[in-house]
Amino acid sequence: MWELIRANRRRSLVLITSMVGVLVVFGYILGEAVAPGGGVIGVFGALVIWAVQMLVYFAAGESILLRSANATELDRDDSPRLFNIVEEMKIASGLEHMPKIYLIDEPTPNAFAVGRKPERAAVAVTTGLMHRLNRDELQGVVGHEIGHIKNRDVQFLTLAAVLLGSIVILANVFWQMMRTAGRSSSRSRSRGGGQGQALFLVLGLLFAVLAPVLAQLLYFACSRKREYLADASAAQYTRYPDGLASALHKLAAAQRGLNFDTKVTAPMFIVSPLEAMDGGGSLFSTHPPTAERVRILRSMAGAGLGDYEAAFRSAKGGALFPGAAAQTDPHAEKRPQSEEQQEGFALGQLRAMTHRLDGYVPVQCSCGLTTKVPMGYESNEVHCVRCGSVLAVPAVQARGEVPVLKEAPAAEQGPLQYTRQQPGWESFRCQCGYTLQLSPSFRGSHLTCRRCNRQIDIVPLAA
Amino acid sequence: MSGGIVLLVLLGIVVVFALWLIAAYNGLVRLRNQLDNAWSQIDVQLKRRYDLIPNLVETVKGYATHERETLEKVTQARAAAANAQGVQERAQAENFLTSTLKSLFAVAEAYPDLKANQNFLRLQEELTSTENKIAFARQFYNDATMQYNTRLQTFPVNLVAGPFGFSAREFFEVGTASEREAPQVKFQG
Repeated sequence: MWELIRANRRRSLVLITSMVGVLVVFGYILGEAVAPGGGVIGVFGALVIWAVQMLVYFAAGESILLRSANATELDRDDSPRLFNIVEEMKIASGLEHMPKIYLIDEPTPNAFAVGRKPERAAVAVTTGLMHRLNRDELQGVVGHEIGHIKNRDVQFLTLAAVLLGSIVILANVFWQMMRTAGRSSSRSRSRGGGQGQALFLVLGLLFAVLAPVLAQLLYFACSRKREYLADASAAQYTRYPDGLASALHKLAAAQRGLNFDTKVTAPMFIVSPLEAMDGGGSLFSTHPPTAERVRILRSMAGAGLGDYEAAFRSAKGGALFPGAAAQTDPHAEKRPQSEEQQEGFALGQLRAMTHRLDGYVPVQCSCGLTTKVPMGYESNEVHCVRCGSVLAVPAVQARGEVPVLKEAPAAEQGPLQYTRQQPGWESFRCQCGYTLQLSPSFRGSHLTCRRCNRQIDIVPLAA
Repeated sequence: MSGGIVLLVLLGIVVVFALWLIAAYNGLVRLRNQLDNAWSQIDVQLKRRYDLIPNLVETVKGYATHERETLEKVTQARAAAANAQGVQERAQAENFLTSTLKSLFAVAEAYPDLKANQNFLRLQEELTSTENKIAFARQFYNDATMQYNTRLQTFPVNLVAGPFGFSAREFFEVGTASEREAPQVKFQG
């Protein structure tokens, strides 16, 4: 599968080369449109524009982003936990040099990676991120950023951005030319070579309209693909995809914009700073929809790249690594949740039990907050107050219905059923509003609602 | 004339083949070096653990004067691990050291003064992280081994790997039977 990552990189090279080709051809057309035989000068001009852009980006590079974000460098003593997590991921990924770590004073949680060369790599996190995530989630985020560094995404996407910028500049040059040509029309027409020139003008028009759009689509498609790749890498390094999944969920819900400009550097962040949780679906998004990323990570059977590929294929239909023969290869076992998290988990179970005694239905959101729904609550849905996602209150359904996330109200008089969703303690509501509980050792086929005396069939957990 | 062209084509084929050979060889060398580096990385993390332990023992000694036995177990396990020979024996000794550390931290739970001690907390985080790093180093070693072995065994590189002198490497695993057994290392006194 690593071969496929390298093959991906080679494919990226092809992409870059074709973008350069487009640039060169565009330059030629422009040159010819201005004056016949001026094609070569046009190419030269296009390459100069590109070279200047490259210089600007590569000379300034990382420091611009870090400076505009007011990032402060951390060393081991400032935050041993973060330092250790970055070091752990450095070891797991086989990175040769330890990346620098920066902290940004921002309440919005986010993280990004910079570094054209692996020796100059750096990872930056916001204070908002440090406050909200537990160790497993932080490890997942850092793993994702280190994945970007290891896969050389920064170089690639910067290169693509520069090319895109150059193409856009050329298009602007063309429009500018059109304006000046319109003003001094008699002069240009009198230059001769009219028909050839007209052809090039038409071609130029075509390019000026299509090239920027196509280049953008390509760029954003590449950016999205790299995000999936980084997710897969993070799962492989941490051997715990659920960590990254729950981090992404928390992050996406909490985006409130950052105080520094992120338009150009958006691809390097873990969650798009420009779009909210529902965003990320368009062809012009730098990141795939977070819900999609979370779904793929959560449905992985193992933690290897092959497991990610299998989950990706079943969620999206297409392939991330086209040509991968056995898509569950390489497979790696997931590791268990770290002990720190397990303690919190046990406490949560205890709380669920106490809630049940009061007749409340505890509804767990993936952001970590548990909402207690009292008896008598009218609707079948409740909004999580921390992250805003809509949660379904576990309730009965008419018998024979397939359980869905947003459950339709049960039939009035017909038979009722409830499908178990977890093996532990579970609470749900009868149609009359009464809260019923199922214990982990419940083996019966039905129970009777104490208030309305209706029989409710219990569908056991799918094995 | 056509003989000249045939010669050129043959030359071209030879050149391409030679280039491929070079690329294949370099690729194998790179992966093998990555493997060796991964192996030494495991050692680096294990060594870091050795260096942290005396500090930990000293810190705990000040607060948990009745836990002499546990502390001695840790010190002796550390010495045993440092002196172990051979991969199997070493891996077993390291695992035993891990379990003694776990029992030391469990014991420390009963001493609230110790738990509040900044030095102890820092050491605890360092040791937990070092355990993680040891696990990740082993994980990366196995990943690198898998990558190397796969490259070695897939066509067309497998044709030249033997002649070049590359052979498959073993994964890092403690034999399953001995892993499941609680290690029985005897101590004097």
